[in-house]
Amino acid sequence: MSATTTPEATVTPPVAPVRSTPPGPRRAPSPGRVLLIASLAAASVYFLLPVYWLIIAATKSTDKIYGSNGLWFDNPHLLENIGKVLTYDDNVYLYWVANTLLYAGVGALLATLLAAAAGFALAKYRFRGREAVFKTVLAGVLLPHTALALPLYLLFNKVGLTNTYWAVLIPSVVSPFGVYLCRIFAESAVDDTLLEAARVDGASEGRIFFGLALRIMSPALVTVFLFQFVGIWNNYFLPLVMLSDDRMYPITLGLTTWQTSQDRIPELLQYTVGGAFLSVIPLAVAMLVLQRFWRTGLTEGSLKG
Amino acid sequence: MAATAHSPSKTPSAGSSGATGSTSRNARRSARPDGAGWYFLGPFLLLFLFAFVLPIGYAIYQSLLTVERSGPLGLGKPGVGFAGLENYTLALQQADFVDSFGRVLLFGVVQVPVMLVLALTLALMLDQLSNRWAGLLRASYFLPYGIPGVIATILWGFLYVPGISPITEVLGSAAPDFLGYDNVLWSIANIVVWEFAGYNMLIIVAQLKSIPQELYEAAKIDGAGPWQTALRIKIPLVRPALVLTCVFSIIGTMQLFAEPLVLKVLTPAVTSTFTPNLNAYNDAFANANIHLAAAKAVILAIVACALSFGFLSLVTRKQRRQR
Repeated sequence: MSATTTPEATVTPPVAPVRSTPPGPRRAPSPGRVLLIASLAAASVYFLLPVYWLIIAATKSTDKIYGSNGLWFDNPHLLENIGKVLTYDDNVYLYWVANTLLYAGVGALLATLLAAAAGFALAKYRFRGREAVFKTVLAGVLLPHTALALPLYLLFNKVGLTNTYWAVLIPSVVSPFGVYLCRIFAESAVDDTLLEAARVDGASEGRIFFGLALRIMSPALVTVFLFQFVGIWNNYFLPLVMLSDDRMYPITLGLTTWQTSQDRIPELLQYTVGGAFLSVIPLAVAMLVLQRFWRTGLTEGSLKG
Repeated sequence: MAATAHSPSKTPSAGSSGATGSTSRNARRSARPDGAGWYFLGPFLLLFLFAFVLPIGYAIYQSLLTVERSGPLGLGKPGVGFAGLENYTLALQQADFVDSFGRVLLFGVVQVPVMLVLALTLALMLDQLSNRWAGLLRASYFLPYGIPGVIATILWGFLYVPGISPITEVLGSAAPDFLGYDNVLWSIANIVVWEFAGYNMLIIVAQLKSIPQELYEAAKIDGAGPWQTALRIKIPLVRPALVLTCVFSIIGTMQLFAEPLVLKVLTPAVTSTFTPNLNAYNDAFANANIHLAAAKAVILAIVACALSFGFLSLVTRKQRRQR
């Protein structure tokens, strides 16, 4: 972003050295700048501290978690700890990993596809009831999802869907916010004349959507996917009420069951720490890499909101 | 699955029929089979009805019923009768339930502004610092968002518990009792700030990036310093992002559930009726009173919607008056 805008700025008026892009070497930073960097660094300590503690604690044995300095290593044996986490209770943790990938990964993928189709339809077709549908979807955005978990449980219990994969998966593939973002993005990014041209060339509506619209909408789709992925991965209430078989749990639910039974089985403290460590690392890396994609659709959404 | 079942095979027929229908009317719209919109909307709409609309309807229905003579377990078949608004009055008469709303409101009134001011400050500071460090710092603030609330709470739980926490270790006798009756609400607030400040910051950063660079040039020529630019240009222009993040935060506050539930294991200061959500959950699963729980869930949804809609209309009205 800034890379593309700065050239223009330097081209415009040669009045004064407007932008601070001096040709010379770096100057000594001003006190204001030092303060700025210091506060930003302090903030990053706050945000990283729990994760740092987790990394250290994951290398320790149970009694060292209690007895040693929480901020530094003490007799680290990370791999042995991880091995115990993975094999405890007939590899239950691996089930949780697979389930989490199913719920969050597959769920977010389907949600993105459904939201893309619905958003595209709401943006590019004129049909009766369109605005009514859009308003209902918007109401869905403002409805708190955990307030929905209990009603969902009641209904799914009635139709016999509780304690199945569907109980978590079905609600997860519905993303009103995704539809909202996709509609706004499709409205501005998918050109009507392009659609007309494709139709003149004899492309079917399905082909237009899968071949053209999806590709054009891809920046927004990445945002929707990430949103939904994190949303499902964060949703604790839904699996908690729906599932009773611990082989169907996602990681979050599994870890809390370990955490709550650690007063009966002391080594579960260490397994909770190790399990949290394992689950956080891939996501932390994903966040670092993917956060740049987060912006595209968001500005579109918030500008109109 | 449901998505692919619909699409390409069916659409051509819809396409051609739409085309023949409209050629007579308007040449420009000839190739536009608007009916096909329903095929794209269909799969989402079906699931939306099943997973959003129907459960709410069912919950409202359940909230109007009551178990006439509850059996020894309270779960048996005996007499389910119509109760009218009995469950609602019962819920609103429970001091625990009403208190939980008060607690969550107090929480929100403090936590949401603190978090948003922090997010805005970080976004503005990062905007001043345009180099590769900014990217790394931004990512480090955003990282907690990828950690689910329960795992974040487990982590902070360790940092709150005296025997384990390096924080209490460093502070020594000056360390507050993070999990005590007076502090636990704010310890939860800290967890929520930690989780979402970076996320909100990123939304604000996104909006900051969309401000045209010329505005800054103009301000600079007019003699505005960084403070004035921030206060007079940046903050007013990121207003839509602030409104969006505020609405999401209000909704989030009303839903507070996982954090208190996980901390409940560590401290008696968190009761099973600590937040409205926890309260309803407790009725459904510990007390096995589905009907009362349904009524509470409906009340919670109404309050949350009213608050977010109310906030939105307040903000937009103010905006209109300003113009």
